Amino acid sequence: MKRVWGVAFALLLPAGAAAEYGDVVLNRYSDDAGMRPVVFPHWFHRMRFRCKVCHHELGFEMRVGANDVTMEGIIQGRYCGMCHNGDVAWSAENCDLCHSGLPGLKTHIVGGHRTGGPGRW
Amino acid sequence: MKLPKPRLSLALLSALLAGTVGAQWLPLGKDQVHDPQSPVIDILQAPGEALSQLPPDDAGNHVRWVDALRGGYIQPRSTIFDNTQVRLLDQDIVMRNTGSAAYVRFPHRVHTEWLDCSNCHDYLFQRKAGATRMNMLGILSGEACGRCHGAVAFPLTDCKRCHSVPADGQVGQ
Repeated sequence: MKRVWGVAFALLLPAGAAAEYGDVVLNRYSDDAGMRPVVFPHWFHRMRFRCKVCHHELGFEMRVGANDVTMEGIIQGRYCGMCHNGDVAWSAENCDLCHSGLPGLKTHIVGGHRTGGPGRW
Repeated sequence: MKLPKPRLSLALLSALLAGTVGAQWLPLGKDQVHDPQSPVIDILQAPGEALSQLPPDDAGNHVRWVDALRGGYIQPRSTIFDNTQVRLLDQDIVMRNTGSAAYVRFPHRVHTEWLDCSNCHDYLFQRKAGATRMNMLGILSGEACGRCHGAVAFPLTDCKRCHSVPADGQVGQ
């Protein structure tokens, strides 16, 4: 019986943190480079752009960890740099605006709100 | 045989299901993802400031994003490049191989308002209706519909949002 409740809790509790649903933490390189991890807020971006802009035109794969986002690429105008270039949105010199996460966080998406869904990958 | 423990668990479970545990739209400094020591923690917009202005929902971002779009609360851009074609499709697919659950009505229209055809075809779903096998375990694990639903689109908390068509012989809902 205890085990059943344990499983039920594991499935129902929000995934680890209380951050906003859809927030993506990117930390493939940040910690190693002495920077805070990046927090990408889906909610903020989808108020301004439809999913297709980033996931079709800009080429972001719809899977956390599947995109090799580097500062070099961004400065060359790829990935985030397609907009974060000082023209459409603020440019990449504003390091802290993206690199605002807690050090040590793993790359993941905050999801699975009240379910055991994909946010628990 | 002690009954209180399961009863407590039941109470907590009910509270979780009702969404009363865990505050929504926490300040960024308290969300356990942003660093409270970050120099920009008071510069970045707090989710609650923006999301509280949109049509409410009871899960995910607590926003009915489709209503927000169709009601004109938000006007998100469809393209960045001038020559990108915006493709919309107004066609429903009814999936009937749903066991004892109600049939699923998949509306292309609203999905193409957000996404391009290539985001799903033929990468996640084959174009031919019925050709792609999927099940709830896979969806809950982030496959098929679960690629978005449970991560960014409305989560899997209310079966009826997708299983919305009473199957033959089922009582209507």
